[in-house]
Amino acid sequence: MAARIQVPAKAKRGEIVEIRVLIQHPMETGYRHDDVGHLIKRNVINVLSCRYNGVEVFRADLSSGIAANPYIQFYTVAEASGELEFTWIDDEGQQGSERQSIQVSG
Amino acid sequence: MRRREFLAGAACAFALPRAALAQQDLVPLAAKVAEGATLRKGKVKVELPQLADNGNSVPIRITVESPMTAADHVKSIHLYSERNPVANMANFYLGPRAGKAEINSRVRLAGSQRVTAVAKLSDGSFWYDTASIVVTLSACLDES
Amino acid sequence: MSRAGALVAAVLVSCAALAQERAIPLDQLKSGSAFLGADLLSLQKDEFANPGLLWVERGEKLWSEPAGKKNLSCASCHEDAKSSMRGVAARYPRIDAESGKLASLEGRINLCRGRRMGAEPLRYESEDLLAITAYVARWSRGVPIAASIAGPARVHFDAGEAAYRLRRGQMNLSCAHCHDANWGKRLLSETISQGQPNAYPAYRLEWQTLGSLERRLRACLSGIRAEMLPYGSPEYLDLELYLAWRAQGLPIETPGVRR
Repeated sequence: MAARIQVPAKAKRGEIVEIRVLIQHPMETGYRHDDVGHLIKRNVINVLSCRYNGVEVFRADLSSGIAANPYIQFYTVAEASGELEFTWIDDEGQQGSERQSIQVSG
Repeated sequence: MRRREFLAGAACAFALPRAALAQQDLVPLAAKVAEGATLRKGKVKVELPQLADNGNSVPIRITVESPMTAADHVKSIHLYSERNPVANMANFYLGPRAGKAEINSRVRLAGSQRVTAVAKLSDGSFWYDTASIVVTLSACLDES
Repeated sequence: MSRAGALVAAVLVSCAALAQERAIPLDQLKSGSAFLGADLLSLQKDEFANPGLLWVERGEKLWSEPAGKKNLSCASCHEDAKSSMRGVAARYPRIDAESGKLASLEGRINLCRGRRMGAEPLRYESEDLLAITAYVARWSRGVPIAASIAGPARVHFDAGEAAYRLRRGQMNLSCAHCHDANWGKRLLSETISQGQPNAYPAYRLEWQTLGSLERRLRACLSGIRAEMLPYGSPEYLDLELYLAWRAQGLPIETPGVRR
């Protein structure tokens, strides 16, 4: 699953950094019909998680109320250099993941 | 019921001003997360545009006043729609490592309505805010 | 009238005659982004969050992926798209020299795939064709539209203009009725734009995905309750050429964000 993640490459220890996530996904509501009238099955990303050096620092339960190609922006404290790992899963069980490094000084 | 009484009753129902989202409207929506606790208005701010460009994707910002320390922080934020087929739009789980209790996202809104965010704090208290938005249909039907 | 006065009058008359060919004069052209609210305008400008960039990124990957019998990629011939594709989208639709036919950017990509790569054409509105088109057009961002209507293109331009002025559908409207005569006015809660093509492929909130200019034309036809022509119809191509001429000088904004 294509995704764009924005994490600052560098930060000072204790700094609150902004994280932006944009995932390509239709977030199919399950209420739409195709052109022959059949209901299109619901399929949304139902959970998005962010782990910072293995510790979950953010999690979101999502539903059909989140727009297609979901955009989530949240914050975390730059504690140590390392990796932020983003994982998500949709109703059909398709998983996505991305990693971004962060260098924390001070 | 006699016709006159019925009409008088109906007229009263329409005459009542639309009150701010009252406790009794919110509690059924947030019952699962609030577990019977009192929902207090404050600390939370929900920001939505007054008029949506398109109900398919509306920008939303939710902020909660909180020092986000280990002793005093936001544990979770729960987003509710009063008109969407799925009332609980999203839940965001934070904690002291968040640094700031602010979420930005884009939501789908099925028509003009009020959107409510309920925040659960580390001390077990629940706070909320509600924002209104007008969502119109697209001017032209699009079956492309 | 003095000779100088007569000369000035003649120049003014000829300028006016030329101006009459264009329902919207060149100095009054407005991109669709001029009719966007603050949120969508900032979303379009957002170098991270513009949803169209998901397709541009996909296009970047596909650019270097070999395809077809000759096992070549776009990059094999065109190398770095940032430089080789600069200004390309601004010149389309244009006549393909080899076949003599009018081609849109999408059509040109498929021609290249067939002739140079021995690859199957990509289906209209497929994720891959949208991605490569968006990626190519992205490198023309800021470049003013300059499509030629000279020589063999002229017959297509004339057909496109006729298509633009043709009344269609249950509402019996032509493109000109909304986009020449009533742009800037309200249609329910929306403001009618000039119908400019400079931001396509664009991410349209109504579609909840990226879509081509052809899809947008189909959407308009649907809106006036006219029959939507199939993808790849020559009428769309001719109309696209007319729209490009009509938009002469407007900078490309791909990927645009629209309602």
